[in-house]
Amino acid sequence: MEAKKLNLKLKIWRQKNSNSVGSFVDYDVQVSPDASFLEMLDELNNRLEAKNEEPIVFESDCREGICGTCGLVINGHPHGPLPKIATCQLHMRNFRDGETIWVEPFRAKAFPVIKDLMVDRSGFDKILQAGGYISVNTGGAPDANSIPVPKDAASEAFDAAACIGCGACVAACKNASAMLFVSAKISHLGFLPQGQPERYIRVQRMIKVMDELGFGSCTNTYACEAECPKGISVTNIARMNRDYVRAKFTSKVIEV
Amino acid sequence: MGWFISFANSSLGKKFIMAVTGSFLIIFLIIHLIGNITLYFGPDAFNGYVKTLDVIKPLIRVIELVLLSVFVFHIVNGVRLWWENKQARPVNYKVNGSPENTTLFSRTMFVSGSIIFIFLVLHLGTFFWRFNVHDPQQLADAHQYYEIVVGFFQIWWYVLLYIIAMVLLGFHLNHGFQSAFQTFGWNHKKYTPLIKKIGTAYAIIMAAGFASMPIYFFFFYGGNQ
Repeated sequence: MEAKKLNLKLKIWRQKNSNSVGSFVDYDVQVSPDASFLEMLDELNNRLEAKNEEPIVFESDCREGICGTCGLVINGHPHGPLPKIATCQLHMRNFRDGETIWVEPFRAKAFPVIKDLMVDRSGFDKILQAGGYISVNTGGAPDANSIPVPKDAASEAFDAAACIGCGACVAACKNASAMLFVSAKISHLGFLPQGQPERYIRVQRMIKVMDELGFGSCTNTYACEAECPKGISVTNIARMNRDYVRAKFTSKVIEV
Repeated sequence: MGWFISFANSSLGKKFIMAVTGSFLIIFLIIHLIGNITLYFGPDAFNGYVKTLDVIKPLIRVIELVLLSVFVFHIVNGVRLWWENKQARPVNYKVNGSPENTTLFSRTMFVSGSIIFIFLVLHLGTFFWRFNVHDPQQLADAHQYYEIVVGFFQIWWYVLLYIIAMVLLGFHLNHGFQSAFQTFGWNHKKYTPLIKKIGTAYAIIMAAGFASMPIYFFFFYGGNQ
């Protein structure tokens, strides 16, 4: 038997392009509690298209919480009110019949709105291009376990590498700071032997680009950790601070 | 030197300056509170304490200069961070979820800091100015330090502002203490919960300790009857 449908009032941010001024538009929807949040938007878009109206632009890809493409601010929370899930994993059963839901794009100077709920997160790519890699010559695959990695380091590196780069940390932070993302990327390489040669130049390069892109500074409110769909810990930010100060004060490189 | 300036202007460098100067101020407040406690032991104790500071005046002047520069860096850098962080989000959210994922103390650092700054200016104008600049010799001869302090603590609006500022100082310190450790990179699951508790205890002791003096002298000291 199909569950009773929920009647919801959506207030969705509509914005024609990055140069125009956006506003909220009201939509009344009837949706199954089994639908995911994105499925509800799909249904709404089908309806809009049938009426020859412009559909709501939002991003999604894997729809199973691992790609980091989706990301909406729902009632003030990136990826919605539940902890440790991406927007695509949020189901309508978590909302009450008759509820009003505010849907906004991630808001940050460094994440300009492209259209409606879609923002330009290419800043994250630029930060990664500045140092989020290890320089190795390609060739035959090395033997497994030829470089010993302690279990603790492997686990912590993996926890940091769980970051899907969705940008919820920036969206949640009152300063639109990208430090949780950047620190996760720095930590996941910094824990492993392969990441050591470039460890201290990497942190300087990535933070330089992060600053240039207009992300804010961290004031340790920890909203990022609370809203992160992967539960990335702010201990990564502490580690990044440590690496950065050490790099700045002890490395022989003056210009980065 | 160029590398240091670029460090100080980076996002992490600015945090680091806040943490270093904040740590100085955290230590300063402890010393300041210990000194002020002599107020409870009567005019002789307090006047004696101030006179002792007078004896080592050259050293005190050096400490005051360090303290002044620490305050200036902390305030200027803090205002700059606040302003730049506001620029990082030009359009605000319609629905703000931050009350559910952050503490009040961490969100209100600029507000609490600003009110503490207003208090600081008044505080220097009333006590520091009188003790040091406005006829200090006459004061020292007459041993009037205690009377001046107690006199101000009879003014209701001064006491009220003092108490409000001290409550906000507690808010500011509660976040600032543990935040400094995080900025220095000292976050460890064995110690961080303890650091947060010590920070809260420190904030309460400082706020209650400093606020207790105007409260005591306003309500319980004979002068007000």
